[in-house]
Amino acid sequence: MNPAQSPHGALSTTGRSPDVLLEGRNLSRVFGRKTDLVAQALIKAGLAQPPKMLRAVDRVDLTIKKGEVVGLVGESGCGKSTLGRVIAGIIDPTEGELFWQGCDIRSLSSAERRQIKLGVQMIFQNPFASLNPRMTIEDVVGEAPRIHGFIQRSGKSSVEYIDEQMRRAGLPPALKSRYAHELSGGQRQRIGIARALAVQPEVLVCDESVASLDVSIQAQIINLFMDLRQELQLTYLFISHDLSLVEHISDRVIIMYLGRVVEEAPVEEIFSHPNHPYTRALLAEIPRLETTKRRFTALKGELPSPMSPPPGCHFHPRCPHAFERCKLETPQLKEVAPNHVSACHLNDAGQGI
Amino acid sequence: MNGFASDPKTMHSSSRALLDVRGLKVKFKTNRGEGTAINDVSFTLRRGEVLGLVGESGSGKSVTGMSLMGLIENPGRICGGQILFDGIDLAKLSDLEMERLRGKRIAMIFQDPMMTLNPVLRISTQMIETVRAHDDVTLVEARRRARDALGQVGIPRPEERLDAYPHEFSGGMRQRVAIAIALLHKPDLIIADEPTTALDVTIQAQILSEVQKLTSEYGTALIWITHDLSIVCGLADNVAVMYGGQIVEYGPVAEVIRSPRHRYTDGLLNSVPSRNRRGDRLRQISGFAPSIFSMPQGCAFRPRCSFADDACHQTPPLATHGNHAHRCWHPISSREGLGS
Repeated sequence: MNPAQSPHGALSTTGRSPDVLLEGRNLSRVFGRKTDLVAQALIKAGLAQPPKMLRAVDRVDLTIKKGEVVGLVGESGCGKSTLGRVIAGIIDPTEGELFWQGCDIRSLSSAERRQIKLGVQMIFQNPFASLNPRMTIEDVVGEAPRIHGFIQRSGKSSVEYIDEQMRRAGLPPALKSRYAHELSGGQRQRIGIARALAVQPEVLVCDESVASLDVSIQAQIINLFMDLRQELQLTYLFISHDLSLVEHISDRVIIMYLGRVVEEAPVEEIFSHPNHPYTRALLAEIPRLETTKRRFTALKGELPSPMSPPPGCHFHPRCPHAFERCKLETPQLKEVAPNHVSACHLNDAGQGI
Repeated sequence: MNGFASDPKTMHSSSRALLDVRGLKVKFKTNRGEGTAINDVSFTLRRGEVLGLVGESGSGKSVTGMSLMGLIENPGRICGGQILFDGIDLAKLSDLEMERLRGKRIAMIFQDPMMTLNPVLRISTQMIETVRAHDDVTLVEARRRARDALGQVGIPRPEERLDAYPHEFSGGMRQRVAIAIALLHKPDLIIADEPTTALDVTIQAQILSEVQKLTSEYGTALIWITHDLSIVCGLADNVAVMYGGQIVEYGPVAEVIRSPRHRYTDGLLNSVPSRNRRGDRLRQISGFAPSIFSMPQGCAFRPRCSFADDACHQTPPLATHGNHAHRCWHPISSREGLGS
């Protein structure tokens, strides 16, 4: 686990603050049909078309520091959930490296990798689909800590452990003999949280974790996340399309569009000085309580299919400022202000908007 | 922006409201007992007006919309009140009479457009069927109207897209198709039940801007059912906040947002992130909404309200001040509202 042992690890710590917990470099995730040997030969011989590939995450760099809340924002289909799953270790990246506290995860033994995976837990969007309907709450919360040896199979200490996890998530332990279908949506989401906490993670990846909840329940769960952050020094990757929530809870915000990161900055910076035209459009379209009877103006078009993304800057077909270069060349993330990077050619042309 | 008030249709129609719901009551009888989904709901709607109907799940907002469309089915029934639509009581109409109105003068848009669209029929088939259900026109004419409606909601190349199947459209486009179908007969009233909840922010803004154009161009009255107060803020003229089957607060949007009277409305507004300091705990409403089968006696919000006392065991009457009404024994006074 010593970072100095791995050449990548040594590299990752130079010039970066030592409190970087998780780092992804050049991460890509491609989905598509696997080709067998015959198919590969046919493709090589020009007798068959290579299968269509979907690049859900396209060369993304990401760092998460200890104790921070990183907001990941984008429209459906932009790859934010796939990136969240890669970070949580549920799926492997097709390309790129993932570092845990400066250590290349691929260089570790499978037992060590398992430990790291336990350290990053995911809380899903739909508490109705992510809980086994045939398990009692006690089993749902207790299964992982039992398997991974946090607690005994049975006994007083393990009962107490499970009660403790439920209380932390704001559930009365009296509910533990119930089944998920007997509980309300807010309570179910709390079970998902208790289940994640039960393996003592350091990072929680929340994928639209409050999107399906009622407004008043949403506020309760957000408060729970903020309390847990204090209590357990948790780090969060908070994936959401709800910008006002992200603005409230995050320290740093990453905006994704069609598999790529288009902008990243501390939260005050991005909401006060958005740079990328896509970010600006997103911010302009948040409905707010402060504006009554406004005229809604819409960004034209929709997210293109990730199966056939447009060349150059992915956003150019919808961008009101697009020019020739945007169609040809992919813009790179460049610093536009301290800690604020944006991928837009307008910044080069000296006409940054 | 003033298109709503100065719309020609509004001007030459009589001062009578297009929709006048009075004391509506809907009950559901199941093996868990009888539950009151809507209890004494009253509101009016003028032509060209947009009403935001806000509430959490189980508050009765969708059932209100469904009862206007005559879509309450067993085990539910309307067991009190009137729904006066242009002077006709919809609650008393026969199924056949309701069928003539539904889709013609009143249309509904649902949250999930796949509920409206038949997945195995082309869009053209479904739209032409809707046109010919009410108007005796030729196929060619019906197709022309369908194409125009698609164009109107901003679907590019409507002539080509007409022959596509629903699965060939994206979520946002499907919702546009559903809206186009609702528009085919230029209804007087559209009831939209959470139509943008499943959509992305940019697509939501596109749909909202189309809807705004339509209400101002045709003077269509609109009921927008949602759980999201901030959408209502941008869109509606008036807002009705529902809780436990009742409208607990009603009034002009700007006024309700600026100085809510009911404790529930206040709680909802305060839990919105932008009303809290960044990084602070949100001011939350504790507890959760009651089920219609175990409604608390008196004010339904009583168990979650920090101001509740003995008086709240009685159902509070609707108290009206000008055009701002509320149901609360301990309303927020305007002075208190300014202070917070």
